[in-house]
Amino acid sequence: MIYLDHNASTPARPEVVEAMRAALADLPANPSSLHREGQRARAAIERAREQVAALVGARPDEVVFTSGGTEGDHAGLVGAAWALEGRGRTVACSAIEHHAVHGALEVLRRVGFRAAHLPCGPDGRVRPADVDALPPDTTVLSLMLANNETGVLQPVAETAARARARGMRVHCDAVQAAGKVPVDVAALGADWLVISGHKFGGPKGAGALVVRRGAPFEPLFRGSGHERGRRGGTENLAGIVGLGLAAELAARELAAEAERLRALRARLEAAVRAAAPDAVIHGDGAPRLPNTVSASFPGARSDRLLMALDARGVAVSAGAACASGAVEPSPVLAAMGVPRDLAVCAIRFSMGRTTTADDVARAAAALAEAVPAARAAGAGA
Amino acid sequence: MSAPRRVLAAMSGGVDSGVAAALLAERGDAVTGVTLKLFCHGAAPGAARPCCSLEAIEDARAVARAMGFPHWVVDAEEVFRARVVGPFLEDYAAGRTPYPCALCNRHLKFGDLVARLDLLGADVLCTGHYARLGRDADGAPALRRARDAAKDQSYALALVPYAALARAEFPLGDLAKDEVRGHARRLGLALWDKPESQDLCFVPAGTRAGEVARRLAQGGAAADGVAPGPIVDLAGRVLGEHRGIVHFTVGQRRGLGLSAPDPLYVLGVDAGTRTVTVGPRAALACEGLETGAVNWLVPHPPAGAFRAAAKIRAQHRAAPATVEPAAGGGLRVRFDAPQLAVTPGQLCALYDGERVVAGAPIARAVRGADAA
Repeated sequence: MIYLDHNASTPARPEVVEAMRAALADLPANPSSLHREGQRARAAIERAREQVAALVGARPDEVVFTSGGTEGDHAGLVGAAWALEGRGRTVACSAIEHHAVHGALEVLRRVGFRAAHLPCGPDGRVRPADVDALPPDTTVLSLMLANNETGVLQPVAETAARARARGMRVHCDAVQAAGKVPVDVAALGADWLVISGHKFGGPKGAGALVVRRGAPFEPLFRGSGHERGRRGGTENLAGIVGLGLAAELAARELAAEAERLRALRARLEAAVRAAAPDAVIHGDGAPRLPNTVSASFPGARSDRLLMALDARGVAVSAGAACASGAVEPSPVLAAMGVPRDLAVCAIRFSMGRTTTADDVARAAAALAEAVPAARAAGAGA
Repeated sequence: MSAPRRVLAAMSGGVDSGVAAALLAERGDAVTGVTLKLFCHGAAPGAARPCCSLEAIEDARAVARAMGFPHWVVDAEEVFRARVVGPFLEDYAAGRTPYPCALCNRHLKFGDLVARLDLLGADVLCTGHYARLGRDADGAPALRRARDAAKDQSYALALVPYAALARAEFPLGDLAKDEVRGHARRLGLALWDKPESQDLCFVPAGTRAGEVARRLAQGGAAADGVAPGPIVDLAGRVLGEHRGIVHFTVGQRRGLGLSAPDPLYVLGVDAGTRTVTVGPRAALACEGLETGAVNWLVPHPPAGAFRAAAKIRAQHRAAPATVEPAAGGGLRVRFDAPQLAVTPGQLCALYDGERVVAGAPIARAVRGADAA
């Protein structure tokens, strides 16, 4: 199978798997225990904290380990909104955020907060000036660094500066960006930043929330003092060790890997256009992740194209489908103004460290067959 | 060794289609399971948006996991709404009693899914219907009744496009229901004791009339079906008032709200005047019927009159009849002996022995010159 769905999840790197196996086998103690075995486990976690901090330009004590992106977004946004409740009860996010951010706002609405949204332009980017239209009692703005569907990079630094000038704090979901493009939490002007290990060669179920020094925060998980009182619960030791190593390896290889993937992306986009001259690449022209191509093939509905590609050995993702397979136009593409007819024909290719030039060539051949097949399958009898 | 045959298996989440797919997988076919998502079951508690992770989909997935083959969910809501639910409601509004399963088989399983065979490079579509497929001498497919007469579903398949049968397979055609459950148990499928599905899949059990009334009322244009009208006897005398024709079907005895010395049955429903005609049981007898457009399941449809056994509803025992083409592309069916409760909207399937030769919707009942 040619796996072109790295934005959904990446294979854990062999070094990561080995480090996690070793952690499970050799570090039996609770990292909070005071004895020497506990201290050994604690040391492994603190080492990982340094590795993660280095990937995103944070200080180690700003890193809070989580179970991944969804927890990070919930803990960050709910924790921030609660801490800032005295100043206002509106929390804003862009229209193109991941479900995890929309979900966190849903939780906040459930307890009496209001949600506001920042629109996005046809190029897939939010416009910093739109911050001025947010309600005056907005305390937190959430803006992702890279969109998971289109790969379009958002103007986080400019938008954050504008938001800050209006008294807001900024939460940044960097789940798709971390490990693929340089991330510096200070340069972005974010107070909270979220990453997830399995998007860059780490394990599923391990991530981090960066809470910058001085950023207001109230913990979601309470009752014990883990993570400096910011996230209760015995640490996922092996997961954290894997996350840390993956962060270190990604940081080391980032520049070379980005260049390699950018070249593969150009070939993939040429294949998309060869398979369908009328194909539309979403966010084309905007700065994007080097690994992601989101394209619509008019007349080839994404569910059919997905099946046709799968049958030909290529794993990709539809623009958006719920767990049960219903084809709903992606809210991201809808926010970009992509017409429904085109949005239901969107497919996302996302490459990663294990993707080779040969993979892309074979995917191109499969695509050339699959697009006409999906079109022929039509809209049903 | 030859490459395994590639099979697309339609899986509803029930025992039958699950076992059908599992048996082919066990036999060595390269099976891909597909569950058609036909309608949305509404928002799950706490979900940010309506979610459709139905139990049925999970049951089908569990079979695929147990047997180690891939499974897909195909969103067919639009087709289902346009081709099955729409005509179903129109039939009720027009005073007919529809049989949506036949349309679903025609447009969804043997329409939308057959169209996907090439997409997956699959050779065959497998379903869990109790029916058998034979071959004529020249290889043309022949749809036949299942071995288990009590479970036979060949009737529900009578509107399937003939060309689609060439790529169909019914692994349960020679099995009895308890044998199917036995296979499910033997293969370790968790759904082995799942109860039979009842009534219509898209309407909660026992709520058909109320649900139809609700949806028609929403529709506006077809709201006549839920408006009151007269109940009359064969002589045209008004016996009472009813609350909408959608609540009535030919042959129905309950729910008339009338008291009479002898039981009264619904004989007919006239949507134009919203009139429900009732009468004694004997008046339900019909000499014959006329159909709408015919779906032939033989390569060379007969040009003139022919003999067949006509089955006029799912629980009817096919009755011998003479059939001849009628004006307008339909058929005129004349029973050897009158049949009770010929119901417009239901399906008429014509059998030559075990073989289904044609299917067509019943357009109208034909009574003797002196009746009705």
